[in-house]
Amino acid sequence: MRLAPAITQSAILPGRGGPFGALSDAFWRKPKLLLFIMLAPPVLWLGVVYIGSLLALLVQSFFSIDEFSGMVNREFTLKTYSELLIPANIDIIVRTVVMATIVTLASAVVAFPIAYYAARYAKGRWKVLFYLGIMLPLWSSYLVKIYAWKLILAKEGILNWMFETLHLSWLLDAYLALPLVGGTSLSISSTGTFLVFVYVWLPFMILPTQAALERVPGTLLEASADLGANPRQTFRHVLLPLALPGIIAGSIFTFSLTLGDYIIPQIIGSSRLFIGQAVYAHQGTAGNIPLAAAFTVVPVVIMCIYLWLAKRAGAFDAL
Amino acid sequence: MTNAVTFQNVSRHFGDVRAVDAVDLEIAEGEFFAMLGPSGSGKTTCLRLIAGFEQPTSGQIEIFGQSAVGIAPYRRNVNTVFQDYALFPHLNVLDNVAYGMMIRGMPRDQRMRSAEDALSMVRLPNYGARKPSQLSGGQRQRVALARALVNEPRVLLLDEPLGALDLKLRENMQEELKALQKTLGITFVFVTHDQGEALSMADRVAVFNDGKIMQIGSPEDIYRRPRTRFVADFVGSSNVLSPRITQLIGGPEGWSSLRPEDIRLKDRGISATVVSASFLGASTRLAMDLNGSRINALLPASVAVPPQGSRVQIEFNVADLHIMDDAK
Repeated sequence: MRLAPAITQSAILPGRGGPFGALSDAFWRKPKLLLFIMLAPPVLWLGVVYIGSLLALLVQSFFSIDEFSGMVNREFTLKTYSELLIPANIDIIVRTVVMATIVTLASAVVAFPIAYYAARYAKGRWKVLFYLGIMLPLWSSYLVKIYAWKLILAKEGILNWMFETLHLSWLLDAYLALPLVGGTSLSISSTGTFLVFVYVWLPFMILPTQAALERVPGTLLEASADLGANPRQTFRHVLLPLALPGIIAGSIFTFSLTLGDYIIPQIIGSSRLFIGQAVYAHQGTAGNIPLAAAFTVVPVVIMCIYLWLAKRAGAFDAL
Repeated sequence: MTNAVTFQNVSRHFGDVRAVDAVDLEIAEGEFFAMLGPSGSGKTTCLRLIAGFEQPTSGQIEIFGQSAVGIAPYRRNVNTVFQDYALFPHLNVLDNVAYGMMIRGMPRDQRMRSAEDALSMVRLPNYGARKPSQLSGGQRQRVALARALVNEPRVLLLDEPLGALDLKLRENMQEELKALQKTLGITFVFVTHDQGEALSMADRVAVFNDGKIMQIGSPEDIYRRPRTRFVADFVGSSNVLSPRITQLIGGPEGWSSLRPEDIRLKDRGISATVVSASFLGASTRLAMDLNGSRINALLPASVAVPPQGSRVQIEFNVADLHIMDDAK
């Protein structure tokens, strides 16, 4: 066999030449240069635009508003925070955190079996179908989905109709008569808000949970059974601890998205406010930017506490 | 005495694939039993049938006289050392070893003491606080062994446990496993595709192919008297001779096997041409052409190695020529 002369004759191949060739060589000799060039724009973007505006927001929350002129008084004060912590606002914060917590728990419970199926059993075509099923709702408009839910949950909606057809209207009415969770219909109750939150954020819980479960080798589950653990014990001692980082990752989405959302509770739910709506009202209608900023700091602080607790509970030990 | 494990006409099919096909098997209590075969021969499926990870499509499996069909793995007093060790990554070494006892509800200080003892037994004392990821392959293998043995199973299953170790470590572990089995008296069932490993460690060996057992016997039996061409081919570096060659060198008509160390170079005898020679240290393997067929001989180091292409005369005792069952 004859090889091309250039290959057979020299041990070192000629360079590609030209500016691009020189650039390739330079990048090969200094890999960090390439890394720097690739990282600089996104880091600048994140650093200046994102973190910067967050800091600006934080600063704003330490300003106050002049009640007569409605102008922002740019002097350091904790007055806005004392305003934030009045009982009515505490009420809003507690309501939002409780909602975010149960939405997160419910999402985790609903997501786990789906994620488990997808990670352990779905293959080929079924896996594609799974991803489509999970992602498809994310591609359609958020508002369309919420209004669709309003129709489903309304008094004239399909859910009511189903209860009537099954002669179970009394059950629904009894439930709606309950305080806190009830209302005149599902679409104007906090149960409705909860259902829509769980529906909308579910993919954000399923995907990281599925990714975590996929990394758990099947032999670990067999080893657990081999050592005498029944399925419940295997779940408790092996599967759950190993899936926990994924569930926590998902819960960061569902928790923080619920904390910040202002559209869902506005369209579906009782008239009681959530943090997002309060921020919207204060910075839009009332023009009280400092109080809106202080309200926005609340979810950030809550998320920090949440992650700290999760770390302390050992949620990231399996990472 | 009841057998530790009995298979009666056991089959396990995956769709059209007969992973295990009508296998009969008896493993005696306290025996070191090896299942040997190429990958896909059904040996691992047999092990998983004993562990309970697979259920037989048909047939009867008994463990110490009790039917194991339809019994979940967690109800079998059988433990497994997995090929990939399957140590729990979120638990430290001590908690890994103590896992089975924790599941059974043994008090914490008691199970920790037993786990420490088990780690000492596999010569890993003071490793308890480490995570599995901080151990070498050989150490993980020992932890997996300790985790299985600490439960004092009636049968210990080992799925190619030495496959991932380097040669030196593997030889050490072979000796240790053998010694451990002798002292504990637990029935070991050992799956491997390494014939040397099976022959050197086991009391009895089952050779698997295509979901069937080709031969069961002592290592010497399997090595000296292979029943079929497959066994001779797979188990040894034995020469498998066609009926034509067998007749040519003075045997009856039929397939035969002849071990390379039984062939000697002589002044008179059957003539062959040297194709190549490989130096093996204590001996030299001489590959020769005998009337169009390849035949290997193992020469002791004291014998001069003839050059490539030269004609040599070979000789052997007719008693060493082993005739196999294969009709054709």
